[in-house]
Amino acid sequence: MTETYRDIINNGLWHNNQALVALLGLCPLLAVTNSAVNGLGLGLATLMVLIASNVSVSLIRNFVRPEIRLPVFVLIIASFVTAVELSMNAWFPELYKILGIFIPLIVTNCTIIGRAEAYASKHSVMPALVDAISMGTGFLLVLVTLGAARELIGQGTLFADLHLMFGEAARSVYFSLGDDFEGALIAILPPGAFIGLGLLIAVKNIIDQRAEKKKALNVSSETATAAS
Amino acid sequence: MKFVTSTSPHTFKPNSVQKVMLEVLLALIPGIIAMTWYFGWGVLINVCIAVIAAVGSEALVMKLRNRPVMPVISDLSAVVTAVLLALAIPPLLPWWLTVIGAVFAIVIVKQLYGGLGYNPFNPAMAAYVLLLVSWPSHMTSWLPPIMLNEHPLDFIQTLTVIFTGALPAGLDWDAISSATPLDEMFTRLDLNQMIEEIRQSQLWGDFGGRGWEWVNNWYLLGGLYLLYRKVISWHIPVAMIGSLLVLSSMGYLADPATHPFPAFHIFSGGVMLGAFFIATDPVSACTTKKGQLIYGASIGALVFVIRNWGGYPDAVAFAVLLMNMAAPTIDYYTQPRVFGETQKADLTETAERDKHD
Repeated sequence: MTETYRDIINNGLWHNNQALVALLGLCPLLAVTNSAVNGLGLGLATLMVLIASNVSVSLIRNFVRPEIRLPVFVLIIASFVTAVELSMNAWFPELYKILGIFIPLIVTNCTIIGRAEAYASKHSVMPALVDAISMGTGFLLVLVTLGAARELIGQGTLFADLHLMFGEAARSVYFSLGDDFEGALIAILPPGAFIGLGLLIAVKNIIDQRAEKKKALNVSSETATAAS
Repeated sequence: MKFVTSTSPHTFKPNSVQKVMLEVLLALIPGIIAMTWYFGWGVLINVCIAVIAAVGSEALVMKLRNRPVMPVISDLSAVVTAVLLALAIPPLLPWWLTVIGAVFAIVIVKQLYGGLGYNPFNPAMAAYVLLLVSWPSHMTSWLPPIMLNEHPLDFIQTLTVIFTGALPAGLDWDAISSATPLDEMFTRLDLNQMIEEIRQSQLWGDFGGRGWEWVNNWYLLGGLYLLYRKVISWHIPVAMIGSLLVLSSMGYLADPATHPFPAFHIFSGGVMLGAFFIATDPVSACTTKKGQLIYGASIGALVFVIRNWGGYPDAVAFAVLLMNMAAPTIDYYTQPRVFGETQKADLTETAERDKHD
């Protein structure tokens, strides 16, 4: 196998980031990222489901006939989503109320079925686990970044309502630009999600282009020194 | 002796974009003067702020894109966008909102799509909608027209309000601001009041709101100048005003107690500005003649629908943006037949002909 764990992690977090490059799972991504905490909540839930489903799919990959693999995968994913949904309802009822319909909708998140089909069903457990963790974390990071940006521009706070996830101790952990900050409501409304995601993708592409240019420059200077 | 021969075109207009934009600016002057007359210095100050912000941000983007700055700045399209935005916003809007609007119009709506000629949406209207959706309370506090304004602000006071938000001593926002006639009309219609009852207020002139109807008249004058100079064609404005007129007449004839007189619709809000200066934007509007008729008529219909049943006081910006989205499709289906092409010539027929050959 030529792919190292390092490659898998790089792919998940950056080169094949499910949100910024594959553009998968956009429905929950766009819908819940109106605050950093919502993004974090959904990101963590997706990460859990992704890890559990990737590992299970990888374990059973040799026993499932290819003709029926997709229904089996969906069944596995749906069970884990139900488990995550019930536990969220039990332990984080407030957050569960906010995220609402988008928790069960993780079932239809293309990232998860995509990783199960494209990766976990062809690899052994360890690589599948690493793939799930890195892909899920990449998705989570985008959710939190987009959520934080929209929250900051829209209402001038960061990580407000963190106590919904981490208990009363976290209530004071938030940043605010002041009560008289007049945010751009549009950032919290749906158009803000599309504009924000577009700008994030643009930033990623700029960083990639810069890196490539640098690489090309290094290579050419190396050949130049070698030639001289 | 040597004769220099060159290929066609042998005559050309240098920098036609700049010429067109100059004509548009010229045609806007009566409207700007009327707005300033009725609503105070704030209009002119907003125009200045918006122009500086728009031109500045366009220069910045051109620098970032490593493109020559001067040719783009001097085509005046950013100035036109800025002026149109400044005429749509309330005269005492805080300066930073005007700046955000102008920068959004140029950077996000125009330059990120590739600059002049590539933007699918009208930059001024997209920026107006951004401001309206994001800061509704600022964007709906208009001033009453001069003849109803009990506390007209002088130039320095206006400047202070726009840049610091501090009102002159003894005044508060409730005392100096007023709803727009459209806002007033539809808020009170929602409360089940009758037109006659609503029109008791001295806010109303002959057709629309006092002051507003004259502003619209001056925009109409500017628009006729653009038609005369052949900067715009008649299709979009006529279709837009016509469809609004037809629909509002139908409403009025059906139930005059709850539908304002048709002329009210046409001489209120941004209809004239929209019909002649905004919907006719050559970049984001339809280009085929038939398409322009459909496009304009749909904008007029949407204005009527949104005004009557929508949540926002004026509808021109939303209607224009919605039809901007539809414009490429309309153009696709209204492409004129190429000369020599027969009506029924389709692929199967040509294929058969090829077979016989």
